[in-house]
Amino acid sequence: MSDTPLAPGLIADEYPETVRSAWLDWISTVDHKRIGILYMFATLVFFAAGGVEALLMRIQLARPDSHFLSPDQYDQIFTMHGTTMVFLVVVPMLLGFANYLTPLMIGARDMALPRLNAFSFWVFLFGGILLYLSFVYGHAPAAGWFAYTPLSEKGYSSRYGMDYWALALLGIGVGTVATAVNLIVTILKLRAPGLTIRRLPLFVWMVLVNSFLILMALPALNASLVMLLVDRQLNAHFFMSLGGGSPVLWQHYFWAFGHPEVYIMVLPAFGVISEVIPVFSRKPIFGYGFVAASTVAIALLSLGVWAHHMFAVGLGHAWDYAFGASSLLIAVPTGVKVFNWIATMWGGSIHFTTSMLFAIAFLFTFTIGGLSGVSFATFPLDWQTTDTYYVVAHMHYVLFGGTLFAMMSAVYYWFPKFSGRMLSERLGRLHFVLMFIGFHMTFFIQHFLGLDGMPRRVYTYPDLPGWGVMNMISTIGAFVIGISVLVLLWNMWVSIHAGAPAGDNPWNAWTLEWATTSPPPEHNFEAVPPVRSARPLWDLAHPEGGRL
Amino acid sequence: MRRFTTAQTAVAAFLLSEAVFFGFLIAAYVYFYPQAARGAGRDLDPPRTLIFTLCLLASSATLWLAERRMTAGGRNGFRLWLGVTIALGAVFLAGQGLEYAGLFAKSVTPERDLFGATFFTLTGFHGFHVLCGLVSLLALLALTFRADFGEAARRGVGAVALYWHFVDAVWIVIFSLVYLTVWI
Repeated sequence: MSDTPLAPGLIADEYPETVRSAWLDWISTVDHKRIGILYMFATLVFFAAGGVEALLMRIQLARPDSHFLSPDQYDQIFTMHGTTMVFLVVVPMLLGFANYLTPLMIGARDMALPRLNAFSFWVFLFGGILLYLSFVYGHAPAAGWFAYTPLSEKGYSSRYGMDYWALALLGIGVGTVATAVNLIVTILKLRAPGLTIRRLPLFVWMVLVNSFLILMALPALNASLVMLLVDRQLNAHFFMSLGGGSPVLWQHYFWAFGHPEVYIMVLPAFGVISEVIPVFSRKPIFGYGFVAASTVAIALLSLGVWAHHMFAVGLGHAWDYAFGASSLLIAVPTGVKVFNWIATMWGGSIHFTTSMLFAIAFLFTFTIGGLSGVSFATFPLDWQTTDTYYVVAHMHYVLFGGTLFAMMSAVYYWFPKFSGRMLSERLGRLHFVLMFIGFHMTFFIQHFLGLDGMPRRVYTYPDLPGWGVMNMISTIGAFVIGISVLVLLWNMWVSIHAGAPAGDNPWNAWTLEWATTSPPPEHNFEAVPPVRSARPLWDLAHPEGGRL
Repeated sequence: MRRFTTAQTAVAAFLLSEAVFFGFLIAAYVYFYPQAARGAGRDLDPPRTLIFTLCLLASSATLWLAERRMTAGGRNGFRLWLGVTIALGAVFLAGQGLEYAGLFAKSVTPERDLFGATFFTLTGFHGFHVLCGLVSLLALLALTFRADFGEAARRGVGAVALYWHFVDAVWIVIFSLVYLTVWI
């Protein structure tokens, strides 16, 4: 270790140490690591809620003509499942990782704006609680997670569920934008000496691009929510054709947010994969520049493809061709990444840890999800499959098999850093096998249900040939996923109480977060090692300049 | 980036998201322009709003003067021009309040038609931003009376100024779109 000073602008005595109760400590904390853990813990609770909602739906759909749930209950539950998983699980979980890891990976003392950071978390949490209070006050939102007008307007959703939904999402949106601002400033301003933008860990690269994407996309949602609230509360007609408004405008506005949102949910996952695969292949990433640049390309393209969610509206052929083409284009930079990751593994000495298994599963599953996505970009196919289970299968391949598998990979990779203890590899492999099988059992078969014409968002279905069996298989798969999550929780519980000590750098990784203790002290680093390449810890271990 | 302080970088990033937010509200006004312009031509008073607009634009200039005084080290000059900035901003808000009161008296509301909906949403959110700016400027003014008014507060001034100029710039777009197009 050299005695390189901390990143400039960080003065330790700005954060006076006071002795308080543990609870108050957590509530009042501005430490990015604690806020990161708060994010992850909160999202775990919301994940349990969203998971229970998913299982309720699968119980309802296990048999044809079932009356386990009423249609109205089913509508509330699928709306809450989608909203929860997108806004309260995937995005904030990624923000939690970004919060914990970004300052460590760039050798900083904390985020640039620690109090804003705490504000972001609490406003997100209260937004989530507000959303769930709608159940307590009688009726959850029931218009789907994209709340199409006029169904979400007062005339058709007269109870308060939609207002809870809109206000909760506004709060969460404000918190998300604030976090994005914070991450951008942190990455631009607080990098350790020598850590140029071309030496940034790829996870940080993705977080940076992702944060800009949040700044471009979330305001579109906020503007739409404001207009929806004006409609509902002040009886305006933005989205009501009665009175001259336009329901299609809502669709444009929502998807102008909603499609970049898809990439907001997946770019940090790409970042995780870009860290995990090289470390467990014992090779530097193949084509660092291409991975980083293709991320920028994806982000830019993602702002111009929103109407591919609206092919069924009838926008006209010119629109359909333009948006079909731009959507197909996104497959190019995404494909570049997939080949980069495969080429990184090629010829490496691969260590099949649980983290690596999830990363490989991500590659496999995400590619399938990407391919079914390409099939939607050809709009005649989209017309056939829109609003069927084919869509449900596609988006779960991308978001569950993609992002969530990457998150699992991240959990196994960084849990030792967060807790100072290793997770059990034996339980980890069990978790992996159950989740992988459960996932494909649940969702692969939904491609066929969808092609067979089974509509999504309908609370039951008639006893058509094969539908009962296929749905039963899907339901069993969902319960296997549920069991796999219990294995993960058990693994974490055991590890926290009796796990093997992790040490500073259990994986022999080379980014800066592994240069400090596990868990890191409140001030992160005693001294940041010198940074002369993208792999400072490798340089430190091989002062003679050996190559990997 | 080197010339920007941490606070200014944060505000600049935040303003990017604000620009997108206003962009969508403005786009909604444009989308409904055929209906909205009819209402604007009937119900608005562009010459009067122009006077208040000039106040808001002048406030950007006075804030710039205040910043120059601060760099020159004159706390009193800074305080004076900051006070003028706040007064001009307050006059603009008062003008907007009067305009709204007049419209409500003519029962022009968001409920009545798309002009009402788009107009009040767009100008209302802008007014809310002016209000937030005024609160920030007042906080800066309060800071100047503290003995430890120093480098940290100076950085705060740079950040708030960035926000204030942005809010002014947005108004230029809104004024041109909503008032000038029906006036000329």
